[in-house]
Amino acid sequence: MNRSTIDLWVGLFVVAGIAGLLFLALKVGNLASFSSSQSYQVQAKFANIGGLKVRGPVKSAGVVVGRVADVRFDNESYEALVTLNIDLNYQFPRDTTAKILTSGILGEQYVGLEAGGDGVMLKNGDRLRLTQSAVVLENLISQFLFNKAAEGKPEAKPEGK
Amino acid sequence: MRVADLRARVERLGSGVTSHVHRLGFASRFLAYLVLHSGTALRRFRLTIAEIYFAGVLSLVIILVSGLFVGMVLALQGYETLQRFGASESLGVLVALSLVRELGPVVAGLLFASRAGSAITAEIGLMKATEQLSAMEMMAVDPIARVVAPRFWGGVLSMPLLAGLFSAMGIFGGYLVGVQLIGVDAGAFWSQMQAAVDVRNDIWNGVIKSLVFGVAVTWIAVFEGYDAPPTAEGVSRATTRTVVTSSLAILFLDFILTALMFTGGNHQ
Repeated sequence: MNRSTIDLWVGLFVVAGIAGLLFLALKVGNLASFSSSQSYQVQAKFANIGGLKVRGPVKSAGVVVGRVADVRFDNESYEALVTLNIDLNYQFPRDTTAKILTSGILGEQYVGLEAGGDGVMLKNGDRLRLTQSAVVLENLISQFLFNKAAEGKPEAKPEGK
Repeated sequence: MRVADLRARVERLGSGVTSHVHRLGFASRFLAYLVLHSGTALRRFRLTIAEIYFAGVLSLVIILVSGLFVGMVLALQGYETLQRFGASESLGVLVALSLVRELGPVVAGLLFASRAGSAITAEIGLMKATEQLSAMEMMAVDPIARVVAPRFWGGVLSMPLLAGLFSAMGIFGGYLVGVQLIGVDAGAFWSQMQAAVDVRNDIWNGVIKSLVFGVAVTWIAVFEGYDAPPTAEGVSRATTRTVVTSSLAILFLDFILTALMFTGGNHQ
């Protein structure tokens, strides 16, 4: 085997190997989206975040507009403090509502943003005041059973609260 | 009699441990010497290119074919299980994550150890047995710098590329079976995969794994070859030992690396 043939094959091998890694990074790992774009950070407090993870999507009207940057526990209010990175291309009013929602029945949890009507837009470092926690299945079931039990008793007051 | 018997046993254990530690120390010093004297291999890069050809290019066929079939089998098996939970759209995630995180680096490493590692050991061992290495020393050519270092760097550079190709080919195989044969929706296959696979956490860690395996396998291969007794039997034993030791090393290192890389992330 002469020298130039070896060089040719090694060159092809290196090109193919790098192409394979690029295929993994671009097509499989989706490097292109959301890594280069600029973003701003807002915070939101939730009473319960359910299974929300760091790097989970932030969606508005079903479109991904950002990522969850950080999740930590606030020692003073005993709530979860979630930091969101939102793409600078998407501006939201200051009274936007953040909800923790689930995609599908067993799907991952994400933060849903619902725009409000304020004229002032959110800036870097702002805090979202209106939040809605994740739905915890156990609480939902116990509420349902409690209502059922209240319905069953004839002498119980309607709307027991 | 009993006491003497026991004493002999303990002595055998002791000498076994000592000789292993001695060998490990020798291998470490060998690696240090090799890295310090690899100037020739990197300056005269053509030497290393020839070794990339033998270690990398000639391993391509087995790596590509195995990758394709591993991906196809993963898709078939994964579909059977996922479909029970009504989650067959997640097939892409399953195939991509298993390949990129584990199977790509590990299986490519095992194949590389048996395809290229054994060849390196046999070649260096035979050069030693036929006194070519001593002849080089007589001509004031350092055999470690001239023969061993290019083989080492050739293997280290080839391994990440081979593992990347293995994973890419496996995902292509998973696509063939999952989307073309079984009929999982192509959009869901790719988009769920892209949403779940992280470039830094998954792909980059996979590349680091394959690099570590490449260093381990070629280090073991060149050391076993250089250390082989210069007889036909010695070379054959050294070759076997290369495959066994490097396979075990890959599996052990994989456990350590996985524990370091993929367990911290879930606790936010």
